[in-house]
Amino acid sequence: MTRAEVLTDLQDRFGDEILNFSDKSQNRVYLEIDPRAIVRMGTYLFRTLGARFNIASGTDMCDFIEVLYHFIIEDLNLLLSIRVKLDRENPEIASLSREIEAFNWIERELMELLGITFTGHPEPKRLLLADNWPEDVYPLRQDYEEWDETADRTRGLNNG
Amino acid sequence: MGKTVIPIGPYHPLQEEPEFFTLTVDGETVIDIDVRIGYNHRGIEKLSESRVFENSTFLVERICGICSTSHPYAYTRAVEDIFPMEVPIRAKFIRTIIAEGERIHSHLLWLGLAGHFLGYNTVYMWAWKLREEILDVMEILSGNRNNYAMFKPGGVRRDINAEDIPICLKKIDSIVPTLVMLKMAVLDDPVLHARLKGVGVMSYQEAIDFSALGPTSRASGVARDVRKDSPYGAYDQLDWDMIVTENGDVFDKAVIRILEMFESIKITKYCLEHLPDGPIDANIKDVPVGEGIGHIEAPRGETFHYVKSDGTNRPVRHKVRAPTFMNLPTYKATVKGQTISDATIILAAIDPCYCCTERVAVKNEKGVRLYNGQDLVRLCREKTDRMRKGMAPK
Repeated sequence: MTRAEVLTDLQDRFGDEILNFSDKSQNRVYLEIDPRAIVRMGTYLFRTLGARFNIASGTDMCDFIEVLYHFIIEDLNLLLSIRVKLDRENPEIASLSREIEAFNWIERELMELLGITFTGHPEPKRLLLADNWPEDVYPLRQDYEEWDETADRTRGLNNG
Repeated sequence: MGKTVIPIGPYHPLQEEPEFFTLTVDGETVIDIDVRIGYNHRGIEKLSESRVFENSTFLVERICGICSTSHPYAYTRAVEDIFPMEVPIRAKFIRTIIAEGERIHSHLLWLGLAGHFLGYNTVYMWAWKLREEILDVMEILSGNRNNYAMFKPGGVRRDINAEDIPICLKKIDSIVPTLVMLKMAVLDDPVLHARLKGVGVMSYQEAIDFSALGPTSRASGVARDVRKDSPYGAYDQLDWDMIVTENGDVFDKAVIRILEMFESIKITKYCLEHLPDGPIDANIKDVPVGEGIGHIEAPRGETFHYVKSDGTNRPVRHKVRAPTFMNLPTYKATVKGQTISDATIILAAIDPCYCCTERVAVKNEKGVRLYNGQDLVRLCREKTDRMRKGMAPK
């Protein structure tokens, strides 16, 4: 399929679920979708269109939490970034790890760093943060506050 | 014999990424593996939010001590992707030279370590000796053996002097005969064939499912290389080949890295000989509101950076994804069903900057230590030795 055919195909299949479509440049397209469609969209891109999953990136936007799933269709040199906006109080989205192994680690990372719940994740255990890190403290949230009273994060600036 | 759990890691002085592996073995066979990372989680993504765009290059340069240029390269491309701009052609060539020089010395480092694990310390000595020559070239070009600080959003920080080019070309030419000898010595060695072929096989489908990257995926027949798929730098202006093999075992991963070094030498030499004239910096003043993605082919696979800007002088979000993040989980596919004496080399085959074997301790169910890390390296070498003796002419 050509670049134009892929984009038309996606709009035909996911027309109702695509909330925003931004054709940024020849090699970059950003699609905002309904979070409920992520499993269908992700597996379609990965399995049917043969896209490779680059990674997902999450950002705390203060009003909501944004997750971008980056896929690349290598034959077309087209990077598709699928954007979902999640409720900040209760960020929850379905996990893709059961369908595609490549999502396993990054979903665990987003769980820890931003506090997003990935429902149906096969092994939702800790990957990055220390074992004594509290359960409900998420370091990449904008309102993160130091919780460890013994930690020295001054990087030597206060030592004389 | 019942199941035994082998903890590997997490710390070792040679390792830059501490990892903790739990191998479950039944007799000699590995039946399960679990990996825990994050022992050296430095919070670089969060730190980058407090750096101005220009300074983040120095920060991300320190993520990896071996392929130090891959992160600044991906990061600068991400910033340059936020708004339409063009990097000067001379800067593109200089970036390519630095990136390929780094690939050569990174692959040589891996080759040496792989030889060391297998008990081929001669390979280790030769590979690291050759690596010194490349590090000298990097020092002539950038002033540093590693952490070159050559990249900035919009171009490069330092120009290459015309009088340095002949010296660099001569040095690069001087390693080729030794590299050819090393290639023949490794690829034609019957013991290495017996030792590495069919070990730690990752199928084509598994490479796709794990979204494996770089030499790890190309050894399984997945023709995937950012330099070819999404050309950047000077790669679309020169003639070079992507190395792909079909078997997916440790041997093929070694073959790919060895042959790739010859391609990198070709690319580096071409760029040095045909370095175009012109400016080396586009002089970016302000970064507007927006988001950008930069990805490049590092020695271990694709490095991916995502930068979001709100129009101020520092990023709102800077996501970093190193290739090992995608390659490490493939252990699940490659280590299961193999023997303990092969686990060391399979784990090393994806080139994860992995050197933690000295921290290994094998305990039985009562907690009595059976093997430590040195014993595991010894087991790995003894197997090579047995094979070597079995093949010796009678």
